[in-house]
Amino acid sequence: MNSVLRILVQRIGLGILTLFIVSIVIFGSVNLLPGDFAQAILGQGATDEAVAAIREQIGLTKPFWVRYFDWLGALVTGDLGVSYSQLMFAANMGGDQLIPITTQIAPRFYNTMFLAGLTAMIAVPFSLFLGVLAALYRGSVFDRGANIFTLSSISSPEFFLAYILILFLAVQGQWLPSLASVKPDMPLGERVYTTLLPALTLTLVVTAHMMRMTRAAIINLLASPYIEMARLKGISPMRVVVKHALPNALAPIINVIALNLAYLITGVVVVEVVFAYPGIGNLFVDAVRTRDIPMVQICCLIFAAAYILLNLTADVLSILSNPRLRHPK
Amino acid sequence: MHSISRRGLLKTGAAAGVLAATGMPVRAAQRGGTFKLGLAGANTSDSWDGRTHSDSYMIVTAHGCVFDCLTEVNANGELVGELAESWEASADAKTWTFKLRQGVTFHNGKPFGADDVIESLQMHTAEGAKSAAKPIVSAITEMKKLGEHEVQFTLAAGNADFPFLMSDYHILMYPAGMIEEAIAKGIGTGLYKVDSFDPGVRTLMSRVDSHYKDGKAGWFDSVEVIAINDSSARMNALMTGQIDAANRVDFKLENLLKANPNINIFEVTGNQHYTFPMLTNLSPFDNLKVRQALKFAINREEMVEKVLLGHGAVGNDHPIGPANQYYAADLPQNDYDPDKAAALIKEAGLDGLQVDLSSSDAAFSGAVDAAQLYQASAKAAGIDINVVQEPADGYWSNVWLKKPWVACYWSGRATEDWMFSTAYETGVPWNDTKWENARFQELLLLARAELDQAKRRDMYTEMQALISSEGGTVVPMYANYVDAHSTKITNGGATIGNLWQLDSSRIIERWWMA
Repeated sequence: MNSVLRILVQRIGLGILTLFIVSIVIFGSVNLLPGDFAQAILGQGATDEAVAAIREQIGLTKPFWVRYFDWLGALVTGDLGVSYSQLMFAANMGGDQLIPITTQIAPRFYNTMFLAGLTAMIAVPFSLFLGVLAALYRGSVFDRGANIFTLSSISSPEFFLAYILILFLAVQGQWLPSLASVKPDMPLGERVYTTLLPALTLTLVVTAHMMRMTRAAIINLLASPYIEMARLKGISPMRVVVKHALPNALAPIINVIALNLAYLITGVVVVEVVFAYPGIGNLFVDAVRTRDIPMVQICCLIFAAAYILLNLTADVLSILSNPRLRHPK
Repeated sequence: MHSISRRGLLKTGAAAGVLAATGMPVRAAQRGGTFKLGLAGANTSDSWDGRTHSDSYMIVTAHGCVFDCLTEVNANGELVGELAESWEASADAKTWTFKLRQGVTFHNGKPFGADDVIESLQMHTAEGAKSAAKPIVSAITEMKKLGEHEVQFTLAAGNADFPFLMSDYHILMYPAGMIEEAIAKGIGTGLYKVDSFDPGVRTLMSRVDSHYKDGKAGWFDSVEVIAINDSSARMNALMTGQIDAANRVDFKLENLLKANPNINIFEVTGNQHYTFPMLTNLSPFDNLKVRQALKFAINREEMVEKVLLGHGAVGNDHPIGPANQYYAADLPQNDYDPDKAAALIKEAGLDGLQVDLSSSDAAFSGAVDAAQLYQASAKAAGIDINVVQEPADGYWSNVWLKKPWVACYWSGRATEDWMFSTAYETGVPWNDTKWENARFQELLLLARAELDQAKRRDMYTEMQALISSEGGTVVPMYANYVDAHSTKITNGGATIGNLWQLDSSRIIERWWMA
């Protein structure tokens, strides 16, 4: 157990370091983009005076490292900051009722997590099931069919998959709504129904990876002597796979699942835009368009943190699932 | 007052004809139903602050639904009272007295009166505030409350269009003393009150119980306005019946929409126009002959066909459109005439012409294609246009007003004077051609203070002719407002407003369940 603890501490430390580096990279690259918030928000109305006035109001006149360290300092104390658009709005109003990023992002974050969760609930069992079956009947028509299906769906761009699903399930079939416009007060059933189409799209995107890893890991084990032993004992093929092979194949599978779950949180941008789903992805696109750096930063940090946390979870789980790692000599 | 423009009449006539031909029974207006509207042009940074409104989502929900202005331009282009009942001017058009509607209340129960008008206007000139309507309001030197329901404005200089300007979508009426709260919650005097507002996502609104527009507008019981910036998603939602109307139809999907019997596309030609302004203080554009040659070297019909896919009308090198009162439809049209262009170049004493044209799709969608078409058509006149593709980011700050010849767009203005004084008056910051003309400047000031409509018409016609023949802007086309609605809703075949998209942004007020 000690080793798990040590790894946890180590990884969390590294994770924080990674987040720090990510924040520098994001800050730097948003600064490299042509145009800033003032120019983006003013569009055609970007006269020199107007741009200067907005820059003054939101503090864009300071050099960028000063802004970065101001922002970082606030972040360390748990203050996610205020988006530029809110700062400008408040300056325009002459008041000081600032809506912090936390308030803006919370409902969006919940929506994105809901979509990711729903997708995971469909995609993980589905791909494990497909993977086990494909391993069991490897080389069969089913195996090949499943491979072709999942590989072609992972190779297509997400928006294409989304439109295909919309075409069949929403336009021609009229079974599912093409617009995933969830409301905060929706009952769960309706919410699931509304979110189903984007969830299915994401399922198609992530299934291939998980399914093929499951299949490969199991097939790999099927050649090992203890499986042969089990077969010789006369256990049914299904039982061999599920009871004997799968537990030992879990470590790589968990890793892949974690990677894909992270993708579900970070890779939803396109899907959210196509379905007009009010999640972080949509917020992120808005923020990049207007060069709203504080908002972009927080979105990116959430994405990065999701990756780091899920990878950490995967590592810990794979240690726990492997007795040799659990009890090192 | 001139009511319907020639083009507007043709358009709406055609629309009515289509309705009649389909034999669709047009149901008389009646209350009921929930209207779902899907709109592009939404942002997470949207708010109920009218000073900042610039895109369709907030214009439709605030100006066309939750808030009212003093005046309103109706679907026929006539000015009618909204919160003002009547108005009159002094002979020099400098002093305006507005009589306000009585018995109007805000959504929070506060009665509407003169104080609200004065405070709502002061918002635009407040210290540190940025308002697109600041030039309009700062022209007012004094606001006097003559009674609870009477306000008098004194202007720095006479302006016959003043009541027209009061219909601007930035100049919304807020309750005095609680403007911050009204902006936070969306408290106006409009037909619909805000139930919930999630910026960049959705707005839910319901009909107020009684309203001064009862029987004339506001038929839906409730309205849901959904932000759908992605054009395919918006069209899909319309096709699958999740929304009843959408703005900005994607031309590529037009045929698909047309094939659907439940969907009608409606389009109007308004004031929105695309331009190629040249800086007339720089060589070679300081030469009138060169400017004229360029105006004859562009094939406008081809551009409307290929860039707008037919959803527009040819422009005539001036910024006044069919939705304006004094649009000069009979002005001689600048046509594509390469020989004439070549002759003009020769007259200018030049041996051929080589110019750079900076373009980017930030100027308008298809601007780069338009520039390339221009290049091709100008070649026949011996003019060599070098199309420079500029980055979309920072286009308005780094290219427009900076490079000698660029692509640009204007959504147009409700009045001639406003358009001219925004982008054509000598010395104004947005004069994107730096064009100066003494006669034009003189007419601008004369027409502004002239109350006689016939005289104004003559002056504005002359000004349009001046810009068209001598100005520094090439206006290839007017871009239509193309929107679509399902047959679940109707406006009874009435004229569709062309001041802005979606029936001059008042679809929520003017339409009902079919």
